[in-house]
Amino acid sequence: MNPRYERNIPALSEAECEILQRKQVLVVGCGGLGGHLIDMLARIGVGALRVVDGDVFEPSNLNRQLLSEVPLLGVSKARAAAARVSRVNPEISAEAVDTFLTEKNARGLLLSCDVVLDGLDNIESRRILAEECQRAGIPYIYGAVNGWVAQAAISMPGDHLVQRLYPEGAVLKNKSVLSFTPALCASMQVALCVKLLTGRPVETGKLYYFDLLNQEFESIPMA
Amino acid sequence: MSTMIEVRVFATLRQGRDKVTMLSPEGITCAGDILALMNIPREEVSILLINGFHQKPETPVKDGDIVALFPPVGGG
Repeated sequence: MNPRYERNIPALSEAECEILQRKQVLVVGCGGLGGHLIDMLARIGVGALRVVDGDVFEPSNLNRQLLSEVPLLGVSKARAAAARVSRVNPEISAEAVDTFLTEKNARGLLLSCDVVLDGLDNIESRRILAEECQRAGIPYIYGAVNGWVAQAAISMPGDHLVQRLYPEGAVLKNKSVLSFTPALCASMQVALCVKLLTGRPVETGKLYYFDLLNQEFESIPMA
Repeated sequence: MSTMIEVRVFATLRQGRDKVTMLSPEGITCAGDILALMNIPREEVSILLINGFHQKPETPVKDGDIVALFPPVGGG
């Protein structure tokens, strides 16, 4: 057993750890959610990560984005994420794509990925990514945060869950995000991802909602 | 005997509103009527549950129903 993964056992079996090492995951967005997603995926040992973000770090990211550091201000988030992966776990591969997701490039980004993880920060990009996952038949692990609130879900091909979540002209009241909210959301997303990748039973069609201000946690059927 | 419709609001929808509001079903035929009555714009509601299941504003509501409203969450 590779000592790097010793503490994965027995929560995961050795066979499951080996399965993870053969999987490829796409993470779109390397900011608040994405930073935590990428770090956790690298540590647990998912074999190949493609990390996408066209943005660079700026001072307003420092309150919450795990990968943001003062010396990295102005640096590509995707490149910083890939560099972080190579320092955390050089035994896996990380491909940095430092462009924003668009309708045009979405299909190419999904190529050869087993699961897509949502590290996005806006509704329009989520619609594009979710739509492309539905077309490609790839599970999409949705996550979104605002202030003290996080929500996560698995969207399977055919359920159009993300499209149903946002009404036309949906309004986000503010852009506030606290440091712990994306960390919680990303933890839920990665746990769901690991279960999907290892073939464990996992309930789909549910939205998990966390209000950390009022300590309210809901599991909402979206069928 | 007439009962009430229970409306629960979450997260930022609680700003200026009670966590739970009991409404008389009189004049209310669908969930959208509740939004209008509570002065909540449609685009500020992402998840609309009737008795625990995601529904549309056009979905009918009746005495005894529990309606839960969640605002859009979309950051990262």
